[in-house]
Amino acid sequence: MSNAEDHAGTRRDFLYYATAGTGAVAVGAAVWPLVNQMNPSADVLALSSIRVDVGDLAPGSQMTVKWLGKPVFIRRRTEEEIAEAQAVDLADLPDNDARNENLPSGVDGDDGNRFLPPPAGSEDAVAGEWLVMMGVCTHLGCVPLGDAGDFGGWFCPCHGSHYDTSGRIRKGPAPTNLPVPPAEFVDETTIKLG
Amino acid sequence: MIKKLTLSALAAFGLTTGGAIAAGAYDSHIEDFDFSFEGPFGTYDVNQLQRGLQVYTEICASCHGLKFVPLRTIGDEGGPGLPEEQVIEYAKQFEVFDADLDDFREAVPTDHFPESALENAPDLSLMAKARAGFHGPYGLGINQFFKGIGGPEYIASLLTGYTGEEKEQAGTTFYENTAFPGGWISMAPPLYGEDVDFADGHDNDLHHIAEDVSAFLMWTAEPKLGARKQAGFAGVLFLTLLSVLLYLTNKRLWAPVKGKEH
Amino acid sequence: MGGIPHDHYEPKSNSEKWLHRRLPVVGLMYDTLMIPTPKNLNWMWIWGIVLTFCLALQIITGIVLAMHYTPHVDSAFASVEHIMRNVNGGYMLRYMHQNGASLFFVAVYAHIFRGLYYGSYKAPREITWIIGMLIYLLMMGTAFMGYVLPWGQMSFWGATVITGLFGAIPFVGESLQTLLLGGPAVDNATLNRFFSLHYLFPFVIAGLVIIHIWAFHTTGNNNPTGVEVRRTSKEDAEKDTLPFWPYFVIKDLFALAVILLVFFAIVGFMPNYLGHPDNYIEANPLSTPAHIVPEWYFLPFYAILRAFTSDVWVVIIAETLTGGIIDAKFFGVLAMFGAIAVMALAPWLDTSSVRSGRYRPMFKWWFWLLVVDFFVLMWLGAMPAEEPYATFSLIASAYWFAYFLVILPLLGVIEKPMTPPATIQEDFEAHYPAKTDGGSPAVNPAE
Repeated sequence: MSNAEDHAGTRRDFLYYATAGTGAVAVGAAVWPLVNQMNPSADVLALSSIRVDVGDLAPGSQMTVKWLGKPVFIRRRTEEEIAEAQAVDLADLPDNDARNENLPSGVDGDDGNRFLPPPAGSEDAVAGEWLVMMGVCTHLGCVPLGDAGDFGGWFCPCHGSHYDTSGRIRKGPAPTNLPVPPAEFVDETTIKLG
Repeated sequence: MIKKLTLSALAAFGLTTGGAIAAGAYDSHIEDFDFSFEGPFGTYDVNQLQRGLQVYTEICASCHGLKFVPLRTIGDEGGPGLPEEQVIEYAKQFEVFDADLDDFREAVPTDHFPESALENAPDLSLMAKARAGFHGPYGLGINQFFKGIGGPEYIASLLTGYTGEEKEQAGTTFYENTAFPGGWISMAPPLYGEDVDFADGHDNDLHHIAEDVSAFLMWTAEPKLGARKQAGFAGVLFLTLLSVLLYLTNKRLWAPVKGKEH
Repeated sequence: MGGIPHDHYEPKSNSEKWLHRRLPVVGLMYDTLMIPTPKNLNWMWIWGIVLTFCLALQIITGIVLAMHYTPHVDSAFASVEHIMRNVNGGYMLRYMHQNGASLFFVAVYAHIFRGLYYGSYKAPREITWIIGMLIYLLMMGTAFMGYVLPWGQMSFWGATVITGLFGAIPFVGESLQTLLLGGPAVDNATLNRFFSLHYLFPFVIAGLVIIHIWAFHTTGNNNPTGVEVRRTSKEDAEKDTLPFWPYFVIKDLFALAVILLVFFAIVGFMPNYLGHPDNYIEANPLSTPAHIVPEWYFLPFYAILRAFTSDVWVVIIAETLTGGIIDAKFFGVLAMFGAIAVMALAPWLDTSSVRSGRYRPMFKWWFWLLVVDFFVLMWLGAMPAEEPYATFSLIASAYWFAYFLVILPLLGVIEKPMTPPATIQEDFEAHYPAKTDGGSPAVNPAE
């Protein structure tokens, strides 16, 4: 076999590989959109962040809003509720974890790690009065009732889980505290979820 | 039954468009506006879309709707591109019916623009794709190939095409318009020039306002135009490469069979 | 499977033998892919692959679109807009599906006219031809129902007009139309069943495509000379043929890439060029668009449908003879379906002893006139039903029928064809002289 033939063979192989490779990329580029179209569409994504006007919420009352298809509790706590929540000995908590998506994971379950910081620049706001959390019992997914249970917080009627005024599990089958979703004040009276 | 329906449909159609059909041979005049989004690489002009949005909001929206357009999209890149806070503020001026509340409430960005307020004012969401400005010649589609289908040109020409003549027919006033097929339209002239003041100081004579709002309506009809052209361009480029490679492969593969040196 | 003698798949390893004894699927794939193919096939033999690709493209994009589409009169139009605005890449998927239908029909017409020119329909390929015609009919049905789904004005009124064709059938017409629509007019029931059938038909087409391929793999491909591959021995056959892989696969893929390049340019830069603006207006049963025009690929037959009005003498005769059972409306419907039926009957109407049009000096002229006629009909179908277009339509329709019913049978008798080459090898080597070092060159596809 002469050198010239050898070169021709290499060139030919290269051409075949280049064609096959480009063809494979073409197939890949065609497959990705077919998969990607199943990801959440723009209208669904737009709903992943909602704004809630809490201007009308009086201390000691709460509202339930739907976010990502699930209920979210927004409670404006009274001074007593806050004091009650802060007085709890962390050692008494079945789940000593903040379960707060706004904080790094592994933070302890102190009430200070649970509530939503008040809007920036508002002076008359009571620290810790805003509590925002998912309204889904961590046991089997029922919606707990407000102002109920042995600890003055929430009570799940399905299997008797008691949550305190910070939404922490205190008694019953539920394994963890009610999770706190990503939330922040965008102005004096508006909370942004997600 | 079917015949009856067809007949009543024809009758209804005849009533609503009345004179338009009677004067079918009217030669409508469409000006070939030079929009920034034309051609293979044309894109929307963000400032123009924002001006068009303003014209739509201040003038068109009092009668017409954009029910297929989500309000949030006026913040989209490639569209008017308003900042998030402005989109929220913009949405608040509309009231929408919330089935959950069973009541009306302030609109939020995830809602759509409201529907038309008047029954005989068509929804404008897709108007720029639902009208053809250019035709022929002789039904061959050559003009559309070179100039485009001409939806936005049609809208702009319609808005600038009023002659000032009016006539009354069966209790409805019709206005003479050089762009409208048939020549007489029931919409009163919506623009006269200097109807809005643009924050960017852009010229607000009739011609410019019409052009801006038409560009905006093209965006509402085809919001993904830029992304689509990009995808098309990438596809064309890539397939050119693949074609060349396959051509060479094919040539080399067949060379021995065709008795050529290889 | 019969066919041209060639090497068959031989399982070598034990696992291959194990599988082959139980399910000879590898053997089937090998025989299909390595089928001996006439080596003189020209560039008009690429459309089969393009069509297969189109079917796959439409099925895949269609399944994906169905994940977001809602077949209900209240939300169909809005769900299409949802696809165009919200779904990731939805605008591309939808435009590709929409323009994919046009590509499909470009390819099928090229494929059909290639068959007509080179006599691919003639014995022994009648079954291939008939199956192909069935596929074409199903394609038209699928495309028509798919066009209804976006629920625009043209969707609605196209559906009303086309289902009205069935209403023209004497005696049973009206009940048949009601059955098709699921009510007195096009409505939600119609939309739902059209969606269901639009999803079903492509899979029926896929089944027929397999039979179509099976049939012509049994008879062997036709080729530009119309001369059959020699089956006297494997050696003779190999002089006329090359294996489908890699020679024709690569050739066809090259052609497909070029065609897709044009396709992407249309989808990317002018996706609505072939559509109709009225279909961006939501369906309104109370207002008909000024011109109802079908999609371009239906226009030739639409022109034939409209050509036969009540003042045409054949229509008057038919009406008189049948005592008014065949009126102008029904005559038009018969003419439209008849135009496809005469095409399907071509194998028996063509009496020529020579297969390929290449060696038929008179046939060539008539054939090209048919091609021109087809485009003229297409143009006429888009024109308003008034003079002079009505007369032109009648003349062009008459030629369509005359070609199949008069010219094809007559030409076989009066035409004096040229002598085709004796073998495919002879034709091929006339174009590409064999190398002087003797014998046909050894070809190793793996090289």
